[in-house]
Amino acid sequence: MNWGSWSNFIDMGGRGFYVWGSYLITLICIVLELGQLARHKRTLWQRLTQFMKLNKQG
Amino acid sequence: MSINWFKYASPATFYPLAGKLIPLFYALAAILTVVGLYISFFVAPTDATQGEAYRIIFIHVPAAWMSMFIYLLMAMWAGLGLVLNTRLSSIMAQALAPTGAMFTFVALITGAFWGKPTWGTWWEWDARMTSELILLFLYIGYMSLTAAIDDVRRADKAGAILALVGAVNVPIIYFSVKWWNTLHQGASVSLTRAPSMAKTMLLGMLIMALAAWMYSIAVALSRARLLMLEREKSTAWAQEVLEQKS
Repeated sequence: MNWGSWSNFIDMGGRGFYVWGSYLITLICIVLELGQLARHKRTLWQRLTQFMKLNKQG
Repeated sequence: MSINWFKYASPATFYPLAGKLIPLFYALAAILTVVGLYISFFVAPTDATQGEAYRIIFIHVPAAWMSMFIYLLMAMWAGLGLVLNTRLSSIMAQALAPTGAMFTFVALITGAFWGKPTWGTWWEWDARMTSELILLFLYIGYMSLTAAIDDVRRADKAGAILALVGAVNVPIIYFSVKWWNTLHQGASVSLTRAPSMAKTMLLGMLIMALAAWMYSIAVALSRARLLMLEREKSTAWAQEVLEQKS
């Protein structure tokens, strides 16, 4: 599949908005999910280390 | 030599195992995505009727497959957790739900972006689209139900009932295009007959589906580890894990 030029590739046969729009939304959803997972991990570690300290003192 | 089938059924042994597997699945997902995207845009030819708009298929179909597949997995784990009272099963069900919901959302959005240029409409109350939208509500219902109940074990049970009842929706989605024959086209790839797609298009789509599968495993295992730690924070193994970490 030879696109000939970058602009053809971006234009995607006149359907660029729809094709790149759907790929962009998919990328955003995946990045958001990975971000949520990382945030979940960070907050969990903070809470659990604090939980451990209280356990030791208690 | 008898096999201990339940060795990895306990969070203490499953946690390190999952820890080793997660980077492998992330790597596989990344490699398969790169190969899949290359085939999708630089190998697969232009479609005779749809031109280039059909290239949305390389994420729309994998996302739709994953949305159904993950729901069935979620219902299975939830059912197992309900019947066997095994904590890890319910944890797996809850770990899968957000990823399934994400893929359902992606399937709906990419479908709309594909529908507009080819059908002339973003949305249609067609059998396939409507049942997929119901699937999204089922995922959201499962997540909010399990989050709403404080006692974790009771939340698992309530969620399991909802997941199992909702499972009837997945075959409806799959067969909707045949039973009601509304706007959405029939299956180009089915278990009963050869796919009616060009080889390279099919290859690109299958590789992207595999990539989505690897990604889901990696994310679900990571989330399961967090849920395990959260639930079992006062147990000995969790304390040990925390000490190593801090």
